[in-house]
Amino acid sequence: MGRLLIVARLALRDLRHRPGQAVLLLIAITAATATLTLGLALGNVTSQHYAATKVATRGPDVVASTLIDSPAGQPAALARIGALTRAPGVTARSGPYPVTFTSLAVNGRPESASVMVEGRGQAPAAVDQPQVTAGTWIRPGQAVVERTFAGTEGITVGDRISLDGKAFRVGGIAVTAAVPPEPGICYFFGCGRQLQPFGMANPGLVWLPAADARGLATPAEPLSYLVNLRLAPGAEAGPFAASCNDDDVSSPAPLVSDWQCLQATDNGQVMTEQEALLTASWLLALLAVGSVAVLVGGRMTEQVRRAGLLKAAGGTPRLVASVLLAEHLAVGAAAAGLGLLAGHLAAPLVTGPGGTLLGAPLTPPVTAGMAALAVAAALVIAGAATFVPAVRAARASTAAMLADAARAPSRSGLLAGISSRLPVTLLVGLRLAARRPRRALLGAASVFVAMSGVAAALWARASLDRYDSGPGANGPLDQVLLVVTLGLVLLAVVNAILIAWATVTDARLASAVTRVLGATPGQVSVGIAAAQALPALAGAVLGLPAGAALFAVLSGPGAVTPPAWWLAVVVLAAVAAVAVLTFIPSRLAGRAGPAPVLLTGG
Amino acid sequence: MTLLSARRLSKSYGRGGGLVRAVDDVDLDVGAGETVAVMGPSGCGKSTLLHLLGGLDRPDSGEITLAGERVDQQGERGLARLRRDAVGFVFQAFYLMDELTAVENVELPALLAGRSPRAARGRALELLERTGLKDRARFLPSALSGGQRQRVAIARALANDPLLVLADEPTGNLDSAATLEVLRLFEGLHEAGQTLVVVTHDARIAATADRLITMRDGAFVDETRLTGGTSGSLARLAGLAGLDPEA
Repeated sequence: MGRLLIVARLALRDLRHRPGQAVLLLIAITAATATLTLGLALGNVTSQHYAATKVATRGPDVVASTLIDSPAGQPAALARIGALTRAPGVTARSGPYPVTFTSLAVNGRPESASVMVEGRGQAPAAVDQPQVTAGTWIRPGQAVVERTFAGTEGITVGDRISLDGKAFRVGGIAVTAAVPPEPGICYFFGCGRQLQPFGMANPGLVWLPAADARGLATPAEPLSYLVNLRLAPGAEAGPFAASCNDDDVSSPAPLVSDWQCLQATDNGQVMTEQEALLTASWLLALLAVGSVAVLVGGRMTEQVRRAGLLKAAGGTPRLVASVLLAEHLAVGAAAAGLGLLAGHLAAPLVTGPGGTLLGAPLTPPVTAGMAALAVAAALVIAGAATFVPAVRAARASTAAMLADAARAPSRSGLLAGISSRLPVTLLVGLRLAARRPRRALLGAASVFVAMSGVAAALWARASLDRYDSGPGANGPLDQVLLVVTLGLVLLAVVNAILIAWATVTDARLASAVTRVLGATPGQVSVGIAAAQALPALAGAVLGLPAGAALFAVLSGPGAVTPPAWWLAVVVLAAVAAVAVLTFIPSRLAGRAGPAPVLLTGG
Repeated sequence: MTLLSARRLSKSYGRGGGLVRAVDDVDLDVGAGETVAVMGPSGCGKSTLLHLLGGLDRPDSGEITLAGERVDQQGERGLARLRRDAVGFVFQAFYLMDELTAVENVELPALLAGRSPRAARGRALELLERTGLKDRARFLPSALSGGQRQRVAIARALANDPLLVLADEPTGNLDSAATLEVLRLFEGLHEAGQTLVVVTHDARIAATADRLITMRDGAFVDETRLTGGTSGSLARLAGLAGLDPEA
């Protein structure tokens, strides 16, 4: 009990003694766990939106479609699809509805998109009655446009559209659970199959009165059909669909998609966001480890001396390690909780249903699995912070630990040679930075990791700009990219502050001596800041190709390189930020003049 | 001729009950070429006085004039220029920059003063030769003995031919042999007409000065003009004759 009391008291006192460092560590770990939580939370949100939409639209359990490539095949195809409606287990249906593919022009502008036109009646359907979200359901001479596609094309109620040259007024905008939204329409060929036979990638969906839809058919593009089926309660749609399907696309047999397949396609709408968030959480975790490493490194001498005092007072290495572990675990546990809360609260930013489905942005519940993962991530980071000083404390002799024996600075002959030709301010700054090469490397690595994420976001943004087909089409992804970028920048800033703090602390005596020799405070600060900016520049420059590669891995081929000026701006901004974040603490530390440092020996 | 002058110089730390008058209403004149030793117990304000005289710290009140120029009224840039051009410092803990070699340490003030790298290096090597360390020019401080480090520090203090050298316990961290080496250097400086103010605990060092000032609680309590000064054998005066190979 007494031992626990000592551990708790020492850990608490140290945290209270250095609240700034504890807060920075907290921020670093919180950012990583929050992003991880957000990424995990996205996993199931569209399932909930899909379920809500399926109920509201009387969505089908199974959709069967048949592809017809010549008018002669229509009777047989209709017979096959009709037979499905009588299959055992089917309790309700709508259709068969005529379907054809054509091109769309909006408000007299040139044709801008391909569409799938589905012929419907005015009366509500028993299965799959699309929910009108603006305007009215179809009337003679009027069209209803699927909401995602309408958003992409900027179509609103009252607009005039032209389908294969025939004019229609847009009477409504609607949502359905029977068809994956643009750009995911695929049911005609089964989910995942391509539309290349028609040369119509990513068609949108338009409902027309059945007679108008039939009027759009041509010999080259004859009518196809689809039917929506509801199965008896308890009947499984997947096996039903599988039993009906035929892998041969050229076969006249209907292609049958179950609702789970449609839901999976809807989930795919947020897959990009989820991938981005999970990747970002890894990058943020790396940065958080970097933060911890800088914090621990900066306090290593002090921690080792403290451990020496504890050992001198009779503490065992285990006690020393326990104090360090308790301290870091307390921060890690708090960060895990905060991260879970932040991720939970931020989820509605990226869990809106968009145009695809019905419902409001969701705040997904924190599951035990998510909590366990976030806590584990935080504790691993905190444990890593403890390991090195704990091992040192266990290995070093008490006398050596009390002797305040800071590690001797390193000296690189190459760097010494190069820096000797530089202006004296930069020379001193570089030598000071070079005395802790691992810290300089860590600084470069921190900027590298952050820049990789930011660069990947830039590549994503550029690719979205290239393929973006309308305003608001990438809203959630834009928000995710913003969240990811802000998170990475925040942690990189935290790391830069920590590294600057450690460097300035380390250089206090050397800076004071340099001032004794006649350097101005500005010269000293500029030297230290410039020396920190150099590894940052290397990290930033190397981060660009790494970010491009990261994006290529996540997105596949076809990535669009962002404009050179974007890249130049982020590199320069990163370097300038590091320089400024180093200059400020150095300048503040130099305000008191060199005398106090010299009187205390640094 | 007075080189350095301080009038009613005061400096305090803390406030209220914790107020410490580190330097309390001190007057001081140091003539050109004079060596002044300041003695006193630990915490009596010797180092603070030295820091004020050299422009490392600002007085709360009082005036400091060096070569006719007011030190206490200088801004940061002015103080930096003063330290660069007119004052050389020697510290008990040497305060060499660990990551610079001996010659790089010595040439640093010259480089800061804007001399060309070639000229700064030449001057640094010349000073290292004077201090008997030319063969250690490319050694890092960690590879030098305490005495050698202090000699490097003295060479560094002389890099810009300062008007005044301020030394704070220059032999405090040295053994007897190393102390002798430093004493010899100071003797040489004195003979060359260098103005020196040396803060010390060591009576043997003080005995080499022209004038000895004793401090207590921030104030001068005694001032003695030493008749011996640095005339005669320095080692004998300092009680280190047994260690002096020339004795």
